[in-house]
Amino acid sequence: MTKADIIEQIYEKVGFSKKESAEIVELVFDTMKETLEKGEKIKISGFGNFVVRQKRPRIGRNPQTGEEIEISARRVLTFRPSQVLKSALNKDEIAEF
Amino acid sequence: MNKSDLIESLAKKLPNLAGRDVEVIVNTIFESMTESLRQGDRIEIRGFGSFEVRTRKPRIGRNPKTGMSVEVGERKVPFFKVGKELRERVNKAVI
Repeated sequence: MTKADIIEQIYEKVGFSKKESAEIVELVFDTMKETLEKGEKIKISGFGNFVVRQKRPRIGRNPQTGEEIEISARRVLTFRPSQVLKSALNKDEIAEF
Repeated sequence: MNKSDLIESLAKKLPNLAGRDVEVIVNTIFESMTESLRQGDRIEIRGFGSFEVRTRKPRIGRNPKTGMSVEVGERKVPFFKVGKELRERVNKAVI
C-alpha cells in the first residue's frame, strides 16, 4: 500500500475527488511530520503512538573492521502499536476496546 | 497530540471542509492502513516511513504471577521504519 492507495480509499469511501483526497492525505502526513519534528508525540487511538526519543551518545563499533566510533546523541522516532492493532493482526478476540 | 488534536489542527488548515468530514478522512486513513497490515501487506509512505508485519516465532512463556509455563503461539507484530526525510527532520533539532 502506498499513499496512492490511501487516496483511492478516501475517494471511494468518503466521496471526495481524487485531487481533494490527495491534498488532504498529503496534509495529514505533513501535519504529523511537523508535530514529530517539534519532538511532540502523536497518539492515534486504535492504531498506535509515534514517540520521539532522545538517545545519549554511545560508543559503537564498525562491524566490519571492529573499529570503535562514537555515535552522537540523537533523536529517534519510534512507533508503539496499540493493543487493538496488534490484536487485529492476530485475529484475537479482544479486538474491541 | 492525539487523534482529536490532529483532526482539529487539520480542520484549521482546511476551512472549506466540515470538521466531521476531516474526522471521517483521518479515520479512513488509519482504518485502511490497519486493513492493509491485516492482509499482510506492506505500507510505504514516502518521506514518512514504512510499516510491515513481522512474524514472531512461537515460544514458551511464563505466567509472571504463578511461574507456570505457557505456550505462546506464533505472533504477528507491526513494525515501523522511519523514512529518511522524517528521520532527519526529527533528529535535526538535537538538544
